[in-house]
Amino acid sequence: MALSNVLETPAAGFNFENAARNAALEGLFDGGQTPKPLKTGTTIAGVVFKDGVVLGADTRATSSEVVADKMCAKIHYISPNIYCCGAGTAADTEKTTDLLSSNLTIYSLNSGRNPRVVMAVNILQDMLYRYHGQIGASLILGGVDCTGNHLYTVGPYGSVNKVPYLAMGSGDLAALAILEDGFKHDLELEKAKELVRAAIHAGIMSDLGSGNNIDICVITKQGVDYIRPYQESEYKDDRKMKYKYRPGTTAVLTEKVVPLKLEVVQETVQKMDTA
Amino acid sequence: MNSRGLRSQLKDSVPVAGLCPQGAYGVQDSLRSGFTSVKNELLPSHPLELSEKNLQLNQDKMNFSTLRNIQGLHAPLKLQMEYRAARQIQRLPFLRSSNLALDTLRGSDESIGFEDILNDPAQSEVMGEPHMMVEYKLGLL
Repeated sequence: MALSNVLETPAAGFNFENAARNAALEGLFDGGQTPKPLKTGTTIAGVVFKDGVVLGADTRATSSEVVADKMCAKIHYISPNIYCCGAGTAADTEKTTDLLSSNLTIYSLNSGRNPRVVMAVNILQDMLYRYHGQIGASLILGGVDCTGNHLYTVGPYGSVNKVPYLAMGSGDLAALAILEDGFKHDLELEKAKELVRAAIHAGIMSDLGSGNNIDICVITKQGVDYIRPYQESEYKDDRKMKYKYRPGTTAVLTEKVVPLKLEVVQETVQKMDTA
Repeated sequence: MNSRGLRSQLKDSVPVAGLCPQGAYGVQDSLRSGFTSVKNELLPSHPLELSEKNLQLNQDKMNFSTLRNIQGLHAPLKLQMEYRAARQIQRLPFLRSSNLALDTLRGSDESIGFEDILNDPAQSEVMGEPHMMVEYKLGLL
């Protein structure tokens, strides 16, 4: 883009022109502290139960040491029967899941069928492997389709695992401990929701990158129940967003009226032309 | 559609050339493309730059080689003839061509990737000079 003469239209897709400049700039920052992208140091978990899949996530998005978003939505819509939790770089998970959702919508418009979870997993795997891990998105995909209830995880380099219960993100060790302890095959709905809630709660308590509220998404053959928030944090702040006071808040103590004396100094009349 | 496996059949990938801009006699064209740097010419500055540049070609090679092994030589030959014909349906270089026939053949009219969202040529901020672009395309420049 530095040249005034363009001989060919630039190719669509990612543009690597600034990569050399960025590499040079990295050396110039003292301590090597380049500005970091917004990561979602997260706890996400999923469980397959008798009638479907339960996905859970916390709602904190951090930017280095600061909480950037207290009510971040980490459970993304992919298709009416498939939802996806994303950990890693926030923008990457958003865009990747958006692209996946568009691709699956095109497919279902073409064929008239609901997409299957394996299709979503395959598309994601191809997309992430193509970029060799440069797109930092670790995703948990859960959904119900004609072949049953499925829960998959896709790593940033394109690795795929099919599992009955799962946790990912920076708080995954704590969450996985709860899941390992409490998971059984063919759980009931309420027990499954409680298990996922406890797992995310453990992640929130033990990890700095996770916190605030817990979102739960229940996917069954009948439909989807996206409960946001399922449990609110006890440390919710009570800040009023508006600081307008209603009239009458301040009491009137005394009133003094001083009329201004006006006298007519000059009077001119200009007739208006009404023709 | 990505076909995995059969890596042994993939003879040679697309060569590295193309990172250094070409001028007359293979020398860097300083007036039009700016100053040169040996490092920039030999190594891509980003690990993905090379693989993204050659992605379409490599995928096609892999798919054709699989097709040849399954169905025989005629299948990739016929397909490549169709690709060649479809690739010629283009507008002049400075206008945006829809590539509809090529997209339909490849099957990419039914999928969305990053190349449809990022750096869309229809919304490019830079406009080339039409005469120069046509001359460059025809090799007269």
